[in-house]
Amino acid sequence: MKKEDLSAFLVFIFFIILFPILSGGAYTLTVGIFSGINALVAIGLCILMGYAGQVSLGQAGFYGIGAYVSSVLSLHLGFPVVVSVILAMVAAAVAAMILAVPALRLKGHYLAVATLGFGEIINVILNEWGPGGPSGFGDIPHFGLAGYTIDSTTGYFYLTWGLVASVMFFSINLINSRTGRALRAVHDSEAACNAMGLNVAALKIRVFILSAAYAALAGSLYAHYVTFISPGSFSLFYSILVLTMVIVGGITNLWGAIIGAVVITVLPELLRRFEELDVLVYGLILTSSLMFFRKGLVPILIEKINKLKGFAFVKH
Amino acid sequence: MLSIKEIWKSFGGLTALRNISFDVKQGDIKALIGPNGAGKTTLLNIVSGIYQPDTGEVNFLGERIVHLSPAKIAQKGVSRTFQHVELFGNLTVVENVMVGRYAKTKTGFFSSGFRLPSIMKEEREVQRKSEEILEYVNLVHRKDEIASNLPIGEQRILEIARALATEPQLVLLDEPAAGLNIKETRELGEIIRKIRGELKITIVLVEHDMELVMKISDSITVLNFGEIIAEGTPLEVQKNPEVIVAYLGEEEELQTGYNADT
Repeated sequence: MKKEDLSAFLVFIFFIILFPILSGGAYTLTVGIFSGINALVAIGLCILMGYAGQVSLGQAGFYGIGAYVSSVLSLHLGFPVVVSVILAMVAAAVAAMILAVPALRLKGHYLAVATLGFGEIINVILNEWGPGGPSGFGDIPHFGLAGYTIDSTTGYFYLTWGLVASVMFFSINLINSRTGRALRAVHDSEAACNAMGLNVAALKIRVFILSAAYAALAGSLYAHYVTFISPGSFSLFYSILVLTMVIVGGITNLWGAIIGAVVITVLPELLRRFEELDVLVYGLILTSSLMFFRKGLVPILIEKINKLKGFAFVKH
Repeated sequence: MLSIKEIWKSFGGLTALRNISFDVKQGDIKALIGPNGAGKTTLLNIVSGIYQPDTGEVNFLGERIVHLSPAKIAQKGVSRTFQHVELFGNLTVVENVMVGRYAKTKTGFFSSGFRLPSIMKEEREVQRKSEEILEYVNLVHRKDEIASNLPIGEQRILEIARALATEPQLVLLDEPAAGLNIKETRELGEIIRKIRGELKITIVLVEHDMELVMKISDSITVLNFGEIIAEGTPLEVQKNPEVIVAYLGEEEELQTGYNADT
């Protein structure tokens, strides 16, 4: 991990630990939990799109697979929740592999449409064959480990953000490794990757699997926190929401995924005071943020800081 | 070491290569020249696996490689550069070379997320080796710059450095001097000779800059409209009347800066 990443990471951990102590109660923590769940999906999409250059409008599909598989395994088949979550991630990884193999040949808009189709197929399956059909089902057990159940909001906040921190740590290492370099290389020139002996197809399949596993982890966290799920939460709208998070935060920076997830999750809550006009204000803020901060919040912020320090160019 | 046998390739109705056969000797610098559209780049693309020929064989170190994917061929020891520079534009100069080390290193996709000592060690080794290669081609002072910000001359050298990082036995250079000024072309020539002389890497060169070609090549194959019209040493090729006709359309001496003692 590079120096600046390490210091950012330590500040991040510090902030996670302090947040529940300083925050104003259960409501703020709940919004915090949803931010964390969304951040997990956003980190995966950021690696997939911002680093490897592969588009996905189907992350809601993996998110839904995570939620449903984990819920069904723990509720109906009596698996421990931790095991269910892991199996849910495996299920999403398998689905990602099945999607990636034919989608590999596609690029840009075509890949976007293929993944969109995948997300919709999963949504239709959940509607038709998922327990409870379109109305969904409840009584999903809370997260628990070794006989201890996490059902307090604070406990769940720490669980969620602890996982966000772990995933972030893993992802930063991955991005700064041989693998991360190869993914960024695939983004820039597949022809040159081939000439270097890189197996581009294998890299693409794996990065799809990684993003799917993150989304499934988030989906299962969601299910075990809310304890009720229905297909409506895993529709195309959610895929687009995650895409918005990644773009608003800054697609070329992993921290951008977290900042974007927090901003997009918190914003509607802050806009409640505008009552019926909230959607309009939300739209205005998004549009203007993309007009004025086209690279995303975090890259712009890094540029500003570097300018203050007098550095000539920005790395991320 | 490289042997091309009876290659035919057509695109739609257009026959790009007709019955092309030639050998490249170990340690040679072999130039492929010919007017635009003669099929030189198509031939390089066949050797590096980007295209499949309609018929014909490509053997590298006695092994049939014509059916292999570009990545597999690269892993066998054939690397290349591109006519239109194909750098990883958003990566730094040293990172570009480090990607070249990919096939020679082992860290797995998912294990790269953990900071294992073995992984960190390999990473340092890749970094060291890559900087060494940059030093070899006099580009180490640029190592932390974003590759797309380099002037074209240095981009072409960086492409060669990246190809060297794969530890190739054969490097295919597709018009490495295109867009370079006289000084840059001379430096490029030095580097190509050094790679052949010191690293014992065989080179196949597609190039329009005749001064460079005549100066550094051991043997030249001339293509015109997809056919080989001449083959031989630079001197032989320069005197060949068919080559002169192909290039100039009439019988005149081919103007080059070649002289026998360089």
